[in-house]
Amino acid sequence: MNIIACVKQVPDTEAQIKVKADGSGIDDGQIKWVMNPYDEYGVEEALRLKEKNGGDVTIVCVGPARAMETIRTALAMGADKGVHVSDPALDNADAFVTASALAAVIKGLPHDIIFCGQRAIDDDSGQVGAMLAELLGIPQLTLVTKLEYAGSSVKVIRPIEGAQLSIETALPCVVTAQKGLNEPRYASLPGIMKAKKKPVDVKNAAALGIATEAKAKVAKTIPPPARPPGKIVCGDEPEQKAAELARLLREEAKVI
Amino acid sequence: MAKGIMIVAEQREGALRKISMELASTARKLADAGGDEVSAVLLGGSGVEKLAAELGKYGVDKVFVGEDAALEPYVTEAHAAITAKIIKENDPAVVLFGASVQGKDLSARVAAKLATGLATDCTDVKIDGGKLVCTRPMYAGKCFGEVVFNASPAMASLRPNVFPAAENAKAGAVTKVDAKVDAASIKSKVLEVQKDTSGKVDLTEANVIVSGGRGMKGPEGFGILEELAGVLKGTVGASRAAVDAGWRPQKDQVGQTGKVVSPNLYIACGISGAIQHLAGMSSSKCIAAINKDAEAPIFTKADYGVVDDLFKVVPALTAECKKLVG
Ligand SMILES: Cc1cc2nc3c(=O)[nH]c(=O)nc-3n(C[C@H](O)[C@H](O)[C@H](O)COP(=O)(O)OP(=O)(O)OC[C@H]3O[C@@H](n4cnc5c(N)ncnc54)[C@H](O)[C@@H]3O)c2cc1C
Ligand SMILES: Nc1ncnc2c1ncn2[C@@H]1O[C@H](COP(=O)(O)O)[C@@H](O)[C@H]1O
Repeated sequence: MNIIACVKQVPDTEAQIKVKADGSGIDDGQIKWVMNPYDEYGVEEALRLKEKNGGDVTIVCVGPARAMETIRTALAMGADKGVHVSDPALDNADAFVTASALAAVIKGLPHDIIFCGQRAIDDDSGQVGAMLAELLGIPQLTLVTKLEYAGSSVKVIRPIEGAQLSIETALPCVVTAQKGLNEPRYASLPGIMKAKKKPVDVKNAAALGIATEAKAKVAKTIPPPARPPGKIVCGDEPEQKAAELARLLREEAKVI
Repeated sequence: MAKGIMIVAEQREGALRKISMELASTARKLADAGGDEVSAVLLGGSGVEKLAAELGKYGVDKVFVGEDAALEPYVTEAHAAITAKIIKENDPAVVLFGASVQGKDLSARVAAKLATGLATDCTDVKIDGGKLVCTRPMYAGKCFGEVVFNASPAMASLRPNVFPAAENAKAGAVTKVDAKVDAASIKSKVLEVQKDTSGKVDLTEANVIVSGGRGMKGPEGFGILEELAGVLKGTVGASRAAVDAGWRPQKDQVGQTGKVVSPNLYIACGISGAIQHLAGMSSSKCIAAINKDAEAPIFTKADYGVVDDLFKVVPALTAECKKLVG
């Protein structure tokens, strides 16, 4: 099987996000960068498919030079090779531009199944998987929590509001990974050593022949609205506090 | 020139989803500011046409109805092809989707088909100088981005439960569209729909959420939360710690790697308020927290905090609420 896993480098979930004074973005000086958590599920599923059915796993990542570290992490988990699209022209890429870059890379590679995360936890946009599928002209299965491979097709479980769907799709297709799909492995020490020697192809936007102007642009970044300070509910006994809370929710907040 | 606001309504098994009314009302507001028309795309199996009137009630002037057996249940490729066709033929300036599971799946595919931009999960939208400007949380709500568009139509998906639905009757006039789906082009098939039989509203659509964390001590502990949620007609949620411990199913998880929710009332019980949990619930309209640790970070987000043992407070709260709401 030829398996592709798309990974994005994002700030650690614990990272403090500071907005630049001029609103032009975030101050990324102090940030610790990690693989997008949802992409870990994608890489893990790719590795499991390979281990069961043979084949290889290619990691594709669009990002600045530091993103190479995330590609190496995926290689250390067990992926075979990587493609790193690195170009300052892509620094402000939106989902469409990113998907175009990924599609241009993947068109040139044999692919049976492509994994993405269901969303990247930096832009929180959750679009790239579906856009990539459209640009490749293949089906998409988003928000997948279980996957079974059956030769020329896959069967997945996809939770929606109030129900679970079981869907079958012909390969090739794009699958976007959701928590619950699997438990991602950690890179082993030998894995980390081996990863250093695995091939990573570096490409720029011109080599891919893609337009780099964003269709949807973040014109301004703003801090979250301040929440007015809360009240600590008074009372001597738990029962009094409960009664006071109920009263406040009813009379002041008017939410019950 | 591109003109008007179009919404992509969502229905399931012949019933409109709540988000469709939220979309209609929001579109109406945007349209009224510019004297524009609101249209809607409504797709499904035969008989969905009757839902057009309901959209009209919430401010839609014109409904493009596409009926075909292949459009029910929702399959991405079929819905995306017809939706994109309707958008192309009618050239709206703005297209709004719901940021529901279906809306997210569909909107991104349609945006790619039309080579245009999409702002997902927006919490505010406005027309500024004739152009759509969207506000959306980024970095799990640690900051917000104002998105502008460089392509037409400008597309956005709206976070469920954030935009009010208000009646504002318009014609809701039906235009039937050819929605025949080329079967050969559809490579996905829904084999089974397994419904959640609990009758509980999904977390993303719930008005009240009562969530529990590691402080619930075990799966049995959630019994008192179920009771409180029952009285408040709410849904029970959980922290990742409770889900990973196997106390609650994955679908109950709220947070950065779970669901992002915006109920009117979120009651956090025995949840410390880790940054990844706050990411999923800080856009709730009112937040109450019950935790015995006065230093727990959840209190920094809570409108109302109770510092005490939840096993004493929650049952008393349930009893009080019963008295108040009957
Ligand atoms: C990549 C990543 C993604 C994550 N995603 C999520 C996510 O989506 N959602 C999420 O929730 N977490 C997520 N987490 C985990 C998060 O960091 C925390 O570990 C988790 O939220 C803690 O859950 P908790 O508050 O239930 O448990 P704890 O932090 O252990 O808090 C338990 C609380 O219960 C209180 N308590 C105990 N007994 C009582 C009592 N009798 N009465 C009153 N209070 C009591 C304690 O004072 C304490 O504050 C993620 C972590 C990572 C690294
Ligand atoms: N720059 C990127 N490089 C590689 N993959 C990406 C990139 N951006 C997004 N993706 C993939 O698309 C998924 C969804 O991202 P997004 O639409 O940005 O939320 C991510 O989880 C990745 O799998």
